[in-house]
This record gives sequence, structure tokens and C-alpha cells, in this order.
Amino acid sequence: MSTTTETAIGIRPFEVEISDEKIEELRSRIEATRWPTKELVDDWSQGVRLSLLQGLARYWTNTYDFGRIEARLNALPQFTSEIDGLEIHFIHARSVHEGALPLIITHGWPGSVLEMTEVIGPLTDPTSHGGTAEDAFHVVIPSIPGYGFSQAPTEAGWDSARIAGAWAELMTRLGYTHYVAQGGDQGAGVTDAMGRLAPDGLAGVHFNFLDAVPKELLMAALNIRLAFSHDDRDQLSKVLATIMRGYIAEMGEHPQTIGYSLMDSPIGLAAWMLDHDADSYEKISRAFLDGEATGGLTRDTVLDNITLYWLTGTGASTSRLYWETGRAGTASIKNPPPHVKLPVAYTVFPDELFQAPRHWVKNAYHNLIYYNEAEKGGHFAAWEQPEIFAAELRAAFKTLRNGSGS
Amino acid sequence: MSATAAATEIREFQVEIPQKKIDDLRRRIAATRWPSKELVDDRSQGVQLAALKALADYWASEYDFGRIEERLNALPQFTTEIDGVEIHFIHVRSQHEDALPLIMTHGWPGSVIELLDSIGPLTDPTAYGGSADDAFDLVLPSLPGYGFSGEPAEVGWYTGRVAEAWAELMGRLGYTRYVAQGGDQGAAVTDDLAHQGPEGLIGVHLNLLRSALGTTEGLPAGSEQERAALEEIKTFRTSGFGYFLEQSTRPQTIGYSLLDSPVGLAGWMLDHDTDSYYKIAGAFVDGKPTGGLTRDHVLDNITFYWLTATGASAARSYWEGGRAAAQAAGKAPPPVTVPVGFTTFPGEIFRAPRSWAEQVYPTLTYFHEADRGGHFAAWEEPELFSEELRAAFGSLRNGRTS
Repeated sequence: MSTTTETAIGIRPFEVEISDEKIEELRSRIEATRWPTKELVDDWSQGVRLSLLQGLARYWTNTYDFGRIEARLNALPQFTSEIDGLEIHFIHARSVHEGALPLIITHGWPGSVLEMTEVIGPLTDPTSHGGTAEDAFHVVIPSIPGYGFSQAPTEAGWDSARIAGAWAELMTRLGYTHYVAQGGDQGAGVTDAMGRLAPDGLAGVHFNFLDAVPKELLMAALNIRLAFSHDDRDQLSKVLATIMRGYIAEMGEHPQTIGYSLMDSPIGLAAWMLDHDADSYEKISRAFLDGEATGGLTRDTVLDNITLYWLTGTGASTSRLYWETGRAGTASIKNPPPHVKLPVAYTVFPDELFQAPRHWVKNAYHNLIYYNEAEKGGHFAAWEQPEIFAAELRAAFKTLRNGSGS
Repeated sequence: MSATAAATEIREFQVEIPQKKIDDLRRRIAATRWPSKELVDDRSQGVQLAALKALADYWASEYDFGRIEERLNALPQFTTEIDGVEIHFIHVRSQHEDALPLIMTHGWPGSVIELLDSIGPLTDPTAYGGSADDAFDLVLPSLPGYGFSGEPAEVGWYTGRVAEAWAELMGRLGYTRYVAQGGDQGAAVTDDLAHQGPEGLIGVHLNLLRSALGTTEGLPAGSEQERAALEEIKTFRTSGFGYFLEQSTRPQTIGYSLLDSPVGLAGWMLDHDTDSYYKIAGAFVDGKPTGGLTRDHVLDNITFYWLTATGASAARSYWEGGRAAAQAAGKAPPPVTVPVGFTTFPGEIFRAPRSWAEQVYPTLTYFHEADRGGHFAAWEEPELFSEELRAAFGSLRNGRTS
């Protein structure tokens, strides 16, 4: 074996193999879909629209290449390693540049490692993507337990904090002694927990979603009339609208119940996954119905992600993370975790669910070293705008490149 | 026949289910792709794998798919078009003269199926320990979008519009003096009907205090009972409230699953409230049904949803509820002037104290706490439920009823 990582103890190379039988079964289920009648409105206010999902189903069965997932993932160096009792799947792409900064990126829901693959090039090979050798990263992209090809927990307790501990162990196993971490969505929760855990070697974190909010936002809501501007109130109402969502309540409270549907109906799964936020919904809708993709949110990549969830049979296990998050959130009210003292960088994407003002972020993370509003991109920033996303990470972590990477 | 006569025509109805549909359902159940087991030993992550697997086993191997046809076709069923939607209803007249006409509305995840076993005690009381003076003429409509009623093709069918349709239905049936009853969504329809106070409506009975599920603001919270009820509502709103929020905001999204996966549909329907969940799980896993909540009855109802393909259209009724609540915010409806009866069943989502029922309904004339029964009171305890209606409406039987 040629690299140090492949020979490290307990780390095994991994290749995706998907049987034709599974693909045929999926295809026949899509074709046998029993459709509901059309929604009674002319927008998405009753949920994912019939025309979109029927367009998606047509493309899925007629045009989509089911070999894409294998091809995309197997083109990357993939590994597994058992940590804390679970086999963790991860992509590990090292830069050719010496002194590259090691970076662990955590995906979210309804995402997967597939939402991150297009940032690997710009991050590990900056000279081919408008950057310099000093911008290079070694990139580690793990699948959260219960997601993709990582094993699903068989016991309760795999919340963000436990995942954060596993990520720290993974970076240590890979020999990284000075590294940074990044996340949005559920990945922001994991990365926030890493910041609080502050394991040896972690030099700083970057977020594109504010996950540390519950306590801070509660305080904000209480003081809203005294201290908050009109813009704050707008953002706060967006936050509350974000939280009061059926999918969050269902997965947060009864993940098993929705799990039966997500495991058994590909179209039910697709609908559940597309119904995330208005911006990404519109973008995905335009991709399928008008053939106009926004950045990386193409028909093929959207279906890659949905097909991955289906083929790995992870509808229920991915939902359970919300249950864990909910439980941990409740527990943290009584026993708050330590504050994040490490340097924190933050990028606001304009189409994100809410645009956290700088002082919110500063309030949650006192050691804020970087805050920027990107010009384009939404909730799935890395997926939709990989180059902008990569540029943000270069800028955010520039001052933290003071040590040797590995 | 004139155009208006045709429009208000009442037609007889029989259920016919093609074998092809049953074969497809069976095939889908057998082909279920199951998730791994939940990571807890109770309902706290949702419907447990063991319960749903036991249900699927029974559904595929022992359940008699002819039951729905048989049970429904044994009853006089009709349809009539009201406000543009074909309404399906069961109409059982008592043999006793001066029986009191009663329109009862089912809820979600129920259907007319949940009310079938109360038909005997209500229409034929002498065969069930009552007297001829206890008799009702019974009308059991299917809500629009549920069962064999047509589904709305436009928004706006909130419970208030359903209530108007029910008043029209009772008028078409020639009833000039009648009462109404409901729990769950049926309580919402019946509450709206009471506020509308159409001519002929002389009283209502409810077994769910609908308004308290929306807001408990202003309700007394001093007594132990009142505090317990508040706590029960809080528990409901934080443990398994997802279905409510999802159906109220995204009925189409969950609709895809409910139309396409029988086991997904069954899981969604069983996940209503803690009490009924454990009773139904007990029926399937331990073979110990509670009252009328037997394996066959539970599967009659789920199969009924599947075969009528109403997962999405039924869910939309919650969306209408949410929209109507938003539009009505700050506007008080006309007061209820007819007498109101209320029964609190001990296994209900929350046990509404008398003080709450009195505050919400100043015209409360009957309040009682039943010994047994839960959210699906008519289904679980049809005789007890019927006794409640006899008692609640006893004082309103002073005139000719039709």
C-alpha cells in the first residue's frame, strides 16, 4: 500500500458495490407507484407537488443512470474504520501539496457525503481551481452513523456529541494533529459539538448554519422588543418557521413511524427528502420541470442522493438522528455543554433558511474570527456552489494554517 | 325529474371492491422493505417494529379482505351530492317511533368503520339494555376526502363547510329536529355545527374538547385535574405530534407515502395517541384486544383507507383545519346556543375537566366521566358510548323528531 492512511490500524479501503437486483427492485417499485391526486393549490403550500414528483419519477426510471453512485464514489478514496462500536464510512482525499490543512466536513439531512464530493477538487487541488498551493486541504468526509455506508447505531445515544467524539478519534487515527472542521445542517450540530469538545489537534471550525441557537435564540426571543431590530425579528420568525416543521417534529419525536414509509416507498422517500426548504425546493423543481439546474443541484445529483438513501436502506436510521438531537437538546437545557473557545468562522449563504446576523453568531461563539455573506447559494451550499463554498473555507481558515498538518 | 331534484337526489350505495385491488395490496404487504428495530423499548420512537410486523403478518395471512364489503353492505348506505362533493353516508332508522335523529361524525385516523358497532345500541336500544325511548335514527356520513365520499377538488372544505353540508344532509333526509355528535375531527365538525346553529339542530354531544388542543389559554389551571389535563396536552404536543403538524402543513408530501406503502400507511395511522397505540399493539402482539379495538376492526379501518386511496385527501382535512384556524384568529364565532353534552373518556389524549367544558360551552347541560374508553370511544366501548348519548340527549326528546 502506498499511503500511510491505508496502512493505519483498523482502516480498510472501501468500494461501493450495488447489485443489479436491488436496482431492478427499485425501478419496479417506482413504476408501481400508486399516486395521490393532485394537490389543491398552485404552489408548494400543501407540500411537494405532484407534477414535480411525477417528473422526478419519469427521469428516475427512464433516463437516470443507476451506475452513477458507484462511479462517483468509487472514483474517490473511500475507507471504513470501526469507532465506538460502529463501522464508519469516509472519503479521505489528500492534497498533493505539502502543508495542506486537514479538514473534516460533516454532511446533514437529507444530504450525505454526495453533497460534498464536488468541493473535494477545489479544496485538495486549489491550483486547478483558481487558488494557490497555500489554500490546500486534506479532506475527510465521513458518513454520519446511520447514513449512507456507515453502520446504523443499534442503541440510543448517538447524538452530535458522541459523533463529534468519533470524528476526533477518526482524525487521530488518520494521524492528523492539527486540523479544522466544517459543517452545515446536522453537520453544523456535529461540528458545534466538536468545538465544545475541543479535542487535541482541532484548531478551529467553520459553519454555514447556526446550530448552536436554542439557548441563544430563546434569550433573543425574550428580549426581542428591547434589543432586536426589525431585521432580527424577520430572521427570528424564519428560525421559528424552520423549527415548526412537520418533518422535524416527526423525525424528532417518532422517527420509526415515518421510517416505515421511507423504507418501503421510493416516491414517499423522495417526497420527504425534497420537502426541506422553499429555496432548495424551487431550485430542484426548476431542474426537473424546466431543465434549468441551479449550480450543482442537477437532476442527476439530486437523484444520486435519493437513490443512495434508498439503496442503503437508511430512511429510518437517518431520521433517528433528529430524535437524538431532540433528546440531547432537552438534556442540554439542564446541563449545558461548555462554550466553544476555539476560533469560529461563519459564512451566511443568501438563500439559507435564515441569515444569521453577525451578532447572533458572535453571541453563540465569542471567538468569531471570520464572518462573511456569500453572494450565491442556499442550504446545500457545498452541493449547489462548490467553488464559492471552497473559497469561503480558504478564507475562513487562512489564519489557522500555522502548524504542520500531519 | 327536474334539475334541482337530480342535484339533491339520494342514491343507494353498495361497496364493491375488485379482487385486483386486494391482490395488489396483499402483494405490497408481502414485499414490504422493513427498517431496523427502534432503539428503545417503548413508543418513544414511534410505532414499534414488533407491533407493525405482527399487524402485517395478520393482514397478509389471516385477515379476511371481504370484511369491509360485508360489514358496510349489511347497512343501508347512500350517496348524495352536496356543495359539489358526493357524500357517502349510512342511514339507519330505528323501528321505534319518535326516535331522535342523530348525525355522528368520525375523525382521523378513523372512518365510518369506527362507529359501526354503536349502530345497534343507538337504533335498537331494547336489544341492548335500553328502552324504546332511548332510540335514535342514525346518520353516519363519511367526511369529504374520506372513505367513499368524494374528495374535494378545491381548497376550502374546512370543518365549518362540512358542518353546513351536514345540515343540508339532515334537511334532505327530512329531519327537522335533530342532534349531532363527534370526537376528534368529528368534534370539530360538530363544534362548528353548534356555532352555526342551523334550524333543526337542538343539541350536540362531544367527546373531545377540540379548542383546548389548539390553545389552553384562559382555561382554569388551579385544580389537580386541570393541571393534569394541561400536562397531558403538553405530552401530546411533544411526543408524537409530528403527524398533526405534517398533515396540517404538508398533506401532499406525506400523502405519497400513504398512497404507496400499506405498511407506511398502517404505521402512520397507528401512531395517534399513547393510549390507543398500546391497546392496538396489545391486540396484535399479545392477542389481547381492548373492547372493540380488535385486530380485525383495526385492519378494517386501515384496509378501508388503503382501498379507497384516501391517505392524501384525508390528510388535507388537517391542512384545511390549520388554514381555517389562521383565518379565524381573533374572530369569535357566534356563540353556541343549543344545549351541549360532554363525556370525558379516561384514555383520551387529555381528560377534559368539567370546568373546561363549562367554560368553552356555557350551555353545557350534561357532563360525565366515563369509566372506560379512550380516543376512539365509540369504537372501543360502543355500549358505554351509546349509554352516554342516551343520557346526554335524554332531556331533548320532548317533541316529534321527524
